[in-house]
Amino acid sequence: MKNLLDRRKFLKGGLASGVLASVLGTGKKAFAEHSFGGYPNSMGVLVDLSKCIGCRTCEAACNKEQEMPAPDKPFDDMSVFDEIRHGQKRRTSEKTHTVVNRYDVPGHDGPVFRKFQCNHCNEPGCLSSCFVNAYTKTPEGAVVYNEKVCVGCRTCMIACPFYVPAYKYSSPINPVITKCKMCYDTRLKNGRPPACVEACPQEVMTFGKRRDLIKLGHERIQKNPGKYIDHIYGEKEVGGTAWMYLSSVPFAEVGFNTELGDQPIVNYVKEFLTVVPMVLTIWPALFTGFHLLAKRKENQKESQKATTPSDRNA
Amino acid sequence: MSKKFITAWLALLALMMLNVQPAQSMEGPDTATLDSLTDLFAPVSFNHAMHVDVVANDCAVCHHHTTGTKVTDERCARCHKNSGEANSVACRDCHNANPFSAENLQKIADAELLFHTDKPGLKGAYHRKCLGCHQEMGAPTACENCHTKTEKGEAFYRSGKFAPTPGKEPASE
Repeated sequence: MKNLLDRRKFLKGGLASGVLASVLGTGKKAFAEHSFGGYPNSMGVLVDLSKCIGCRTCEAACNKEQEMPAPDKPFDDMSVFDEIRHGQKRRTSEKTHTVVNRYDVPGHDGPVFRKFQCNHCNEPGCLSSCFVNAYTKTPEGAVVYNEKVCVGCRTCMIACPFYVPAYKYSSPINPVITKCKMCYDTRLKNGRPPACVEACPQEVMTFGKRRDLIKLGHERIQKNPGKYIDHIYGEKEVGGTAWMYLSSVPFAEVGFNTELGDQPIVNYVKEFLTVVPMVLTIWPALFTGFHLLAKRKENQKESQKATTPSDRNA
Repeated sequence: MSKKFITAWLALLALMMLNVQPAQSMEGPDTATLDSLTDLFAPVSFNHAMHVDVVANDCAVCHHHTTGTKVTDERCARCHKNSGEANSVACRDCHNANPFSAENLQKIADAELLFHTDKPGLKGAYHRKCLGCHQEMGAPTACENCHTKTEKGEAFYRSGKFAPTPGKEPASE
């Protein structure tokens, strides 16, 4: 990011002359003021971690709904919570769109479980990083992916602040990105909640309009003094996400990145990306012009030299 | 065929009456069969009498204000201090079996004066109430301590005879 900023400064410096600078100035302002902020009636899910008992029913429901490959262990096998791969707890993969992990938080009575999946950002990093527009944020709130146009560059995997998109490395012929689609095709677009939400015995997840859920989350915090951390993770993080979380332990203790900031991921590159087409179209013309001007002066001088050599001697 | 139909209806009616019973007696039934959500798990045979003993006859522990007993939670008492006995004390008559259906979400959105907008659905209400107390009291908390898996449930959880072949190491990424 720092590099990008530096580059941006450099580019701005290069364009600092006259008309160009003013064009760039207004362009920049328009972009900064315009923030998408999500569809007004989009749906969301509020996940209350304090209610999760780690039964993994959501994982089983997801596997069934999305017709995923068979798991390595049964869904009622709790030994998966002890699995550590590459120094990390379980994460989303081509075999699973959602994962529940167990955290032992010091000072907290009993383990804390955290379900996670794609958070379906209002302004998704994956979407803005994709140069073939394989991602769509639907008005219902889901971030869906079209494998037919995907070229397999995996930039979205790097752009995602939550490390959610996974790659089907097992398929050499048709490797695609796999991620939670909030059951868009089978449920969400028909007004039904995702399979995991419906399957959860504890009703850890509340499905509803995103703006209602924010209100409900704050009410829940207020009505249960001392029970929750006074924060809804996802209300503002990276510009807001459709999936939001309540927790009774600090979010950083249960695997949440609390340093993401409130800016949508795309904002970090928006200004820079606006400059790119301008650089590509204006710079060649501009510098060709400079070049020709400079050359013309030189040519004139040389032709003067050639025609009036006596002047120099005088 | 119509005879079969009538028998089925009678059986269903009998079943419904069995479940409605709590409203009819102050003490409630000795056992209640919780079967309205049966799918992945077999019905729960709930020993009501034993649980009445456990809570020392304080119906409000589970039934809130609906049985006519004084509510103890002061947050509920603000409104329900003098609430009488409700027409029904069955969980499923207040807790919706499909809390996130479009109809129910719309119903909540339309009811401007509704206070209980955060009411759990039936499955959530059962599990939170039962499991919450079981955890506190040190009672059994595993799924199959209360209800056994049906065959559909075993297929769903890929357990029992649907378990993945053992001995296969999980593929590392």
